Amino acid sequence: MRFWQQTLPLLITFVFGLALVLQYYVPHPASEHFLQEISLWSQIIAGFAIVLGVGSLLSTHYQKITRQEAGWGYSAVLFVSLLTVFGAGLWAEGKAEGTFFGWLYDYVLVALQGTMFSLLAFFVASAAYRAFRARTPEATILLSAAVLVMAGRVPLGESLLPGVGTLADWIMTVPNTAAQRGILIGVSLGAIATSIKIIFGIERAYLGGGDGA
Amino acid sequence: MLLALTLVLLLSARALASDSRLTGEAFDMPGDGGGSIGLRWQGGFEETAEVHYQITLSDREQGAFHLVATIPANTHYEKDRAAPWWVIGTPQPQMHFFQVSTVADSPLLDETRYFVKIRALIGDEQFESPVFSAVPQPNWFQWAKLNNFLFMLMFGAGVLLSIRSARMKPTLFLRRIPGVDAVEEAIGRAAETGRPILYLTGSGELTGRGDASNMATIAATVLLGEVAKRAAGSGTAIKVPHRSPIVMAIAQDMLKNAYRTAGRPDAYADESNFFIAADQFAYTAAVDGIMLRERPAANFFVGYYYAESLLLAETGAATGAVQIAGTDAEHQLPFFIATCDYTLIGEELYAASAYLSRDPALVGTLRGQDLGKGFLLIGLVAGTGLLTLGDMTGGTVWETAVQIFHDFR
Repeated sequence: MRFWQQTLPLLITFVFGLALVLQYYVPHPASEHFLQEISLWSQIIAGFAIVLGVGSLLSTHYQKITRQEAGWGYSAVLFVSLLTVFGAGLWAEGKAEGTFFGWLYDYVLVALQGTMFSLLAFFVASAAYRAFRARTPEATILLSAAVLVMAGRVPLGESLLPGVGTLADWIMTVPNTAAQRGILIGVSLGAIATSIKIIFGIERAYLGGGDGA
Repeated sequence: MLLALTLVLLLSARALASDSRLTGEAFDMPGDGGGSIGLRWQGGFEETAEVHYQITLSDREQGAFHLVATIPANTHYEKDRAAPWWVIGTPQPQMHFFQVSTVADSPLLDETRYFVKIRALIGDEQFESPVFSAVPQPNWFQWAKLNNFLFMLMFGAGVLLSIRSARMKPTLFLRRIPGVDAVEEAIGRAAETGRPILYLTGSGELTGRGDASNMATIAATVLLGEVAKRAAGSGTAIKVPHRSPIVMAIAQDMLKNAYRTAGRPDAYADESNFFIAADQFAYTAAVDGIMLRERPAANFFVGYYYAESLLLAETGAATGAVQIAGTDAEHQLPFFIATCDYTLIGEELYAASAYLSRDPALVGTLRGQDLGKGFLLIGLVAGTGLLTLGDMTGGTVWETAVQIFHDFR
């Protein structure tokens, strides 16, 4: 049992982890072919995994409906929506052009996605209000930098404060880029170190076996 | 058109004898996937835009040579190649370089010998080089990435040695990370109020396709185990909605194990870990709904996020929950900093599980990362110093050293 739950997954992780690291340094067509093959297998696994996901979704909402939990009506809406779209997809044989299935996508899903995305503008405004309250020295610096960058990005700012555009560019290209690169270096090293831990089986918590190291 | 051009080239080739001033070579491009050859040559003519070089290629020494390119004589120098010095050596000032990958719109074939002639066009006069030849071959190592490979080996060895050292001496100092310290506080608050904890593992996939979100997602699942152990110990419910079914399957095992470790296997419920939707905004809308309806006492946004970060965190802030975020998506960090109580920035996300578990192996990894950072920091300071000195003195003494640092990027 331990072989199937621990040893074999660790062996697979070690072999494929190392192979994919080395693949980055090997330009031979065989290496490219290997990467394409792995990518294909990943897509196949992801395809099977979606069955797990949909199963989990249906199970969660079915229980909400049967137990009449708070907001169970939304779960009913989910079932109706899912069955409608699934039925429309089958009826249209998966074709979107000129079908009810395509109409649902264009005029319901895309519109809903657009609505959620456009909400960002309001959320940015309320988050900015909270962040830019100059209560601490750090918040004051943030506020000043934000005002200068915003002023430097619009023609009115440049006409009111000549040179603010250059200052905004300097803020973005020097302190901002330096901070981003600092974060990037730390993230890259952290990601490599995590990869090493996983490839060599030092970090194995993802196996769920409780043997953290 | 091509036929006419070929005939012209054939006729003119017969009329020309090779010129001793056009010297050079053709060679298989080192460290590539095959299908290309390189040309190096020196003209000995005036290096101006009025003088041109024609590069012609054939798969037979006496066959029809096809025109590949016509270039001005004052361009395509070897010194301009974007390749490190250990691949191209020290380029000679007047040496030209050209890489050929196609002929007559067809890619070059591996293991096939190709013949090349270079012709100099100076006004009405033409001068032709001897025939050079090379065989394109695929290579097993990309030499331009040698520095990267060596750094990876050194860094990997450093991390493994640090882990070994930490196991032998498990009292390494760890700097405090406020965001990680706040995990206990957030769980404590949830336990006091009797409301659940909401833990999001982000929008990252674990598809193995090498996208940037993979590592952050793994870090998020590892941290989930530590948070769940503490939540289970304090009898607090935890809800983990997912965008990826693969991550959901992994998190399910992590949660079960966390509850088992905390001595509360009976408290684990499968419905606490569930899939919502792979679609970005459908997932966001559903999680926002959970926040507003169930009012979790603490929200954890850990992993990789895209545009949904602010929609999630701002909704959570509006509910008054304690919010802890951790991501290496640098473009989303400002949103989390603005809306969350604590944010694990970049590498702190990877350090969080070590900090919480205090496992010597994980703590040792942090020491290894610090060694790597120290090495890069020294390189940055030395490179900056060399560039500054070179600029101040204006001499060529520093050029070689600066070039070495430049190639190690």
